Amino acid sequence: MTVLADLHVTETWYLVLGAVLFTIGATGLLVRRNPLVMFMCIELMLNAVNLTFVSFAHALDDVGGQAVVFFVLVVAAAEVVVGLGIIVALMRKHPGATADDIATLKG
Amino acid sequence: MLDLVWLIPALPLAGFLVLVFGGRRLGEPIAGWFATLMCGGAFAATVVVFIGLFNKSPDQRQFQQVLFDWLPVGGLKVQLGFLVDPLSIAMALFVTGIGTLIHLYSIGYMHGDPKFSKFFVYMNLFAFSMLMLVLGNNLLVTFLGWEGVGACSYFLVSFWFSNEANASAGKKAFITNRIGDWGFMLAMFLAFASVGTLTYFSNGSNVGLLDQGTLGHLTAYTATAIAALLFIGAVGKSAQLPLYIWLPDAMAGPTPVSALIHAATMVTSGVYLMVRISPVLAHGYTWLPATIATVGAITALFAATIAIAQNDIKKVLAYSTVSQLGYMFLAVGSGAYVAAIFHMITHAFFKALLFLGSGSVIHGMHDEQDMRKMGGLRKYMPVTAVTFIIGWLAIAGIFPFAGFWSKDEILLNAWAHGGSPLWKVLWFVGLVTALLTAYYMSRQVFMVFFGKENWREAATAGGEAEQSAEATAAEEHAGEEHVTVAVAPSRHDAHPEPHESAWTMLLPLVVLAALSTFGGLVNLPFSDSSRFLERWLAPVLETTTRRVDVPGVVQFALAAGTCLLCALAIVVAARVYLQHKLEPVEPELFAHGWYYDESVSAFVGGPGEEAFEQTAEFDKGVIDGAVNGVGTLVRATATRLRLAQTGYVRNYALGIAVGAFILIGLFLTRAVG
Repeated sequence: MTVLADLHVTETWYLVLGAVLFTIGATGLLVRRNPLVMFMCIELMLNAVNLTFVSFAHALDDVGGQAVVFFVLVVAAAEVVVGLGIIVALMRKHPGATADDIATLKG
Repeated sequence: MLDLVWLIPALPLAGFLVLVFGGRRLGEPIAGWFATLMCGGAFAATVVVFIGLFNKSPDQRQFQQVLFDWLPVGGLKVQLGFLVDPLSIAMALFVTGIGTLIHLYSIGYMHGDPKFSKFFVYMNLFAFSMLMLVLGNNLLVTFLGWEGVGACSYFLVSFWFSNEANASAGKKAFITNRIGDWGFMLAMFLAFASVGTLTYFSNGSNVGLLDQGTLGHLTAYTATAIAALLFIGAVGKSAQLPLYIWLPDAMAGPTPVSALIHAATMVTSGVYLMVRISPVLAHGYTWLPATIATVGAITALFAATIAIAQNDIKKVLAYSTVSQLGYMFLAVGSGAYVAAIFHMITHAFFKALLFLGSGSVIHGMHDEQDMRKMGGLRKYMPVTAVTFIIGWLAIAGIFPFAGFWSKDEILLNAWAHGGSPLWKVLWFVGLVTALLTAYYMSRQVFMVFFGKENWREAATAGGEAEQSAEATAAEEHAGEEHVTVAVAPSRHDAHPEPHESAWTMLLPLVVLAALSTFGGLVNLPFSDSSRFLERWLAPVLETTTRRVDVPGVVQFALAAGTCLLCALAIVVAARVYLQHKLEPVEPELFAHGWYYDESVSAFVGGPGEEAFEQTAEFDKGVIDGAVNGVGTLVRATATRLRLAQTGYVRNYALGIAVGAFILIGLFLTRAVG
């Protein structure tokens, strides 16, 4: 445990975690076809960004970063309301539809 | 009293508006009387304004009344205003005076026509437009009237439009006039571009185009261009070569229309315009007046030769009008503006008289217009015959009738112009035209009022024979189909005998006959004090008029010589058409109007149509092609480009990701660099 106790958790750890979470989210968005999963990936990316903001706020001792997080949360909540509404409506009409099935904006 | 000038055009306008909405209800003859009253009111108002102007001293005789700013656009401020000066009032006097007489005449002439009230709607609108043309204080108001009279001319020429020929005659008049209007419009653009105004004389807010100060800023080059473009307008409106072709066909309209519009007033507006802008004309190069005089003289001679071989009573008068208008342009070109206005006024008297007389004949002959089927009418239509003979003597230039004085004035000015031998040639052309005029008018009088009663044969031969006669006549006329005979819808019972017309038709004839006899009194050449018209117009035209200095003896010799030659021409005509001692000379060339009309038709129908087709092809291929090409290009590019829009969310997301990477990369390299 001494190893763990000696372990000092710096801001870099949080930033790396944020970067990892963001990459997972971005990759998921690009490779998955299920609308709901893609949506969750977006949330993951948003929260990765939030984490980064908070880390920097702590490191730089600037409350501005934390304030931005509240805005992101509000926007994310609003986005969830609209996005989930669309997804539910879509699933009712085409059960089991993937994102590729609704390419109606194809030129 | 000068403030009443707005009333002059307002009365016919009121008449027009009332008749448009209530003409049908007023019906015949009240609509006609109402229109006559309005035109008469305009005449009375003109007289009042004239008296007001007369009471001022000569250098004070200019008055402008601005009703409102019509087009205040940037530097261009066009007012709706009137200009009262000796020239415009002299014009307005004879326009309203003769207009009233012809309105009165029309009540009798249009009797029984189903469109009786509509006729007077157009007549009043015409009077209004003509007065706007004459009284306008700037080029644009004049142009408003100019277009207005053109439109009325179109309406009235094709008044009996159920006949195809009448309708196309109206179109021909309108379209030919457009060519002239094009010149007028360009002249206005040029005047505005070079001096920034369209107003004739300066008033409170506008500088005047014709003021000496403004003209000083104008180069001779621009002045010549403006005057030349306005002359193109005048050529169209006043039926000069090469745009005269519409006027003979315009005889398809009712005869009072021919008298009012196509003889007395509208066709002289080109001459009026040239006289009005005479300061610009005088400011330009001298080749332009010489060109105007040459065009006038050639037109005079050309139309006179055609007139000697026409058989339609109105056609003779139509070509005669073209010829006399040529005289007026000869006068304008020689700088004798007073002579031009003088001849315009006397011509209005005697040509209106002749047209109304021919209308009376046509009426009495039950819509017959072929002079070969007339003859000996003086016994049946004594008043018409006497007045027509007075008109004939006046136009033939016989002493002491009106035409003698004015025609002599023009010939004298051409003779005395000096400078180059061209003017002597023009004088000679004018002299020959005078002889031809006397000849063809005598021919007409002898064929219609004297000699054998040719109509009797046609009447006794019975219906079938008449029909076949008409058929042969139609065959004879086959080659000259443009020579359309305006035949009113038959609205009389078939009386075989010609009859004298109603008093409403005869009264104007008598008044005009009196004017044709004594019209010369307004400008007798004996001394400066007897030249009333010249003194009256002096404030306007003194600076631009070219003074001729010819000894009295030469003047007398010229006048007497011309008069004698004209008398000789009458004698020759009498030998030919009265005593039948000489063979009539009526070459086909003249009867067909030098094949000018046919040539125009052939050209426009042949190479012209080809050219128009080519132009249409060019339009379709190049102009439309360019427009359509742009469309096709956009469509083709878009067809390729739209494939980029896959509709897959992942593609868009990838795009965003790549974009974000590029942006971040950019910022990082910047920050590091």
